Amino acid sequence: MIENIKSFLGSFFVTGDPMIYGADASIALASIGIVFYLTYFKKWKWLWDEWLTTVDHKKIGIMYIIAAILMLFRGGVDALLMRAQLIIPNNTFLTSQHYNEIFTTHGTIMIFFMAMPFIFGLMNIAVPLQIGARDVAFPFLNAVSFWLFFLAAMLFNISFVIGGSPDAGWTSYAPLAGLKLDPGVGENYYLIALQISGIGTLATGVNFLVTIFKMRAPGMTLFKMPMFTWSTLVTSIIVIFAFPVLTIALALMSIDRLFGAHFFTIEAGGSPMMWANLFWIWGHPEVYIVLIPVLGIFSEVISTFAHKTLFGYKAMVWSMIAISVLSFTTWLHHFFTMGNTAMVNSFFSISTMIIAIPTGVKIFNWLFTLNKGRIEFTTAMLWALAFIPNFTIGGITGVMLSLAPADYQYHNSYFLIAHFHNVLIAGTVFGVFAGLHYWWPKMFGHILNERLGKWAFWVFMISYNICFLPMYFIGLMGMTRRMYTFPSGLGWEPLNLIITLGAFGMGVGFLIMVWMIVYSAKYGKRDTTGDPWNGRTLEWATSSPAPEYNFAHIPQVETVDAFAHMKEKGTADSIYKAPFQAIHMPNDSGIPFILSVFFFIAGFGLVFEWYWMAIPGAIGIVVCMILRSFKDHDDHHHIPAEEVEQTERAAGRLS
Amino acid sequence: MSANNHELNKFPWKHVIGLALSLILTLLALWVVVSLSLPTVATLTIIVLLAICQAFIQLLMFMHINENHGRGYRILAIAFGFYIAAVVVYGSLWIMWFTV
Repeated sequence: MIENIKSFLGSFFVTGDPMIYGADASIALASIGIVFYLTYFKKWKWLWDEWLTTVDHKKIGIMYIIAAILMLFRGGVDALLMRAQLIIPNNTFLTSQHYNEIFTTHGTIMIFFMAMPFIFGLMNIAVPLQIGARDVAFPFLNAVSFWLFFLAAMLFNISFVIGGSPDAGWTSYAPLAGLKLDPGVGENYYLIALQISGIGTLATGVNFLVTIFKMRAPGMTLFKMPMFTWSTLVTSIIVIFAFPVLTIALALMSIDRLFGAHFFTIEAGGSPMMWANLFWIWGHPEVYIVLIPVLGIFSEVISTFAHKTLFGYKAMVWSMIAISVLSFTTWLHHFFTMGNTAMVNSFFSISTMIIAIPTGVKIFNWLFTLNKGRIEFTTAMLWALAFIPNFTIGGITGVMLSLAPADYQYHNSYFLIAHFHNVLIAGTVFGVFAGLHYWWPKMFGHILNERLGKWAFWVFMISYNICFLPMYFIGLMGMTRRMYTFPSGLGWEPLNLIITLGAFGMGVGFLIMVWMIVYSAKYGKRDTTGDPWNGRTLEWATSSPAPEYNFAHIPQVETVDAFAHMKEKGTADSIYKAPFQAIHMPNDSGIPFILSVFFFIAGFGLVFEWYWMAIPGAIGIVVCMILRSFKDHDDHHHIPAEEVEQTERAAGRLS
Repeated sequence: MSANNHELNKFPWKHVIGLALSLILTLLALWVVVSLSLPTVATLTIIVLLAICQAFIQLLMFMHINENHGRGYRILAIAFGFYIAAVVVYGSLWIMWFTV
């Protein structure tokens, strides 16, 4: 009996590596610390009332961003472990298995649990405010999306201490990820966690599409919307059409692994290549899902800090729409070397080159916006300006990779690694950092410290180039991706050392940024005006942080850059003038959180194939949905006019 | 607003029937594949027909395809859906054929 328990625990918990034991200890200590803090300071009720049950888009946005920063830390530690292993040839810091697990979790976490939630967080904060709405169209569904993402992220993250991490790469290619070559629970974690968070993502796509179509302030036609709202609209459409493909692919592979089907095993008539095909039909649009929103952020930031209207508004919009249509026709360039016919490769080669054109149009639009502008070098603006050259390098090498015959040389080398980090870091990461600085006052009511922000910017941006530029060269020298070690004598030592130094420099930049956030919370300059940057769009018309109801009166929109126009006309105070009226708002609900906990339980059960756990979890999910569907529609309340007046007075809006 | 409230307070029969039909059609497809040993072509034909039925049920029961307002958006959305479906299906077939 005791032997049985011992052997169960030995396979349930990951054992054998001192770093894992260290992680076990720190997870236990952190959990005890959090529970102690909440109990000692009697914060449980506060946590439940203010955060776990909230449907307020601003609070959900903040939670998305906190979770994304935590995941950036986790994914960043993975990256530093990999670079520590590759600092010298024949290193034995990590075993090959451990290295495989780390690059898999690094990629998966950075894309699904860092980039997307960071972007969704900024969308949640900014989009309803930019269009003059009081919340998103489906606030309850918004909370469901967040909690599904959060608990899926937790499910994925516990894999490294319980059961073992996935180890077949973030692309999880069949047949490597199939049951035969990869037994154990690791890949199940990947499939189930991504499936759960994918449901949340799809719901977010629907939610923002409807919000933008249906909830714009009077007068705001589609072509008077702020550029970030446009980019969110286009992204939502891509999400709605791309994510079902991932859902199906993950479901098919889950059925393969859990129930013994053979969709992706060739022996029984399946096709492993179909996995790569389906994965990238979703995967290439996914690249644009994490890129297009930050193009919107850069447009806002550059136009605000150049103190000019964005150059070529219509060209910006149509180029994004063109990207969204074309993004579904380029997926094969991720596997040119799979043995496709020449016609197939040529077609996808050309379609990939074509998609660079609208992207180039946007670069020129930003340059022309800067032209003759009064440029103000805030930290947000620095991230936006650094994006242009750094991203363009990634774009150019992308066009190099799109040439199918040349790709046979670059494929799976560090050249490719350098390319996609160049677009994803200089695009997505710089973009969300710019957005974080830009919208921070609207979230918390104070401005992030500029001096520390600039230090973080320069350290991170320079280190990023030290890390990734040498990767192009080491890739051309023959180093392939996912190598857990390399022999000496190939001339790779100096470049690998430089890359590792750059990676640790980025870690330092991240730490400065965390310090900046802590420092600014205490000493940051308060934003009493609600408009710290002399902004152009409606989110700056309300106070900082924005009140629960966003706008005391819904603004009337006449032009693009509605708030700049209101300020010129002297009508900016129209949104907080007495008399006030009662405001209709959605009620908080505990169901989204509880529903997601049941998803977690069911998911954990499926990962271990413990149906005694998965089935009750699934029943819990259905019960939550029934409760929500059939309850009477008493899910809203009114904020009385007096309370609106008090809030506005407290924000210093009524004198 | 009152008409809207009235609509909300009614029992959502349309959605319940849609859900039940979707579940039945899905289970039927599973049963055809798992329990009947029909020739491959027959199996494929049946499950594709069932899938098309289900797509129509979802469009009618859940997605308000027969409502009158916002027709332009709906046509555009359906057209884009057809475009994506065509790209995915024909693209995959073309790629997976591995000959000209």
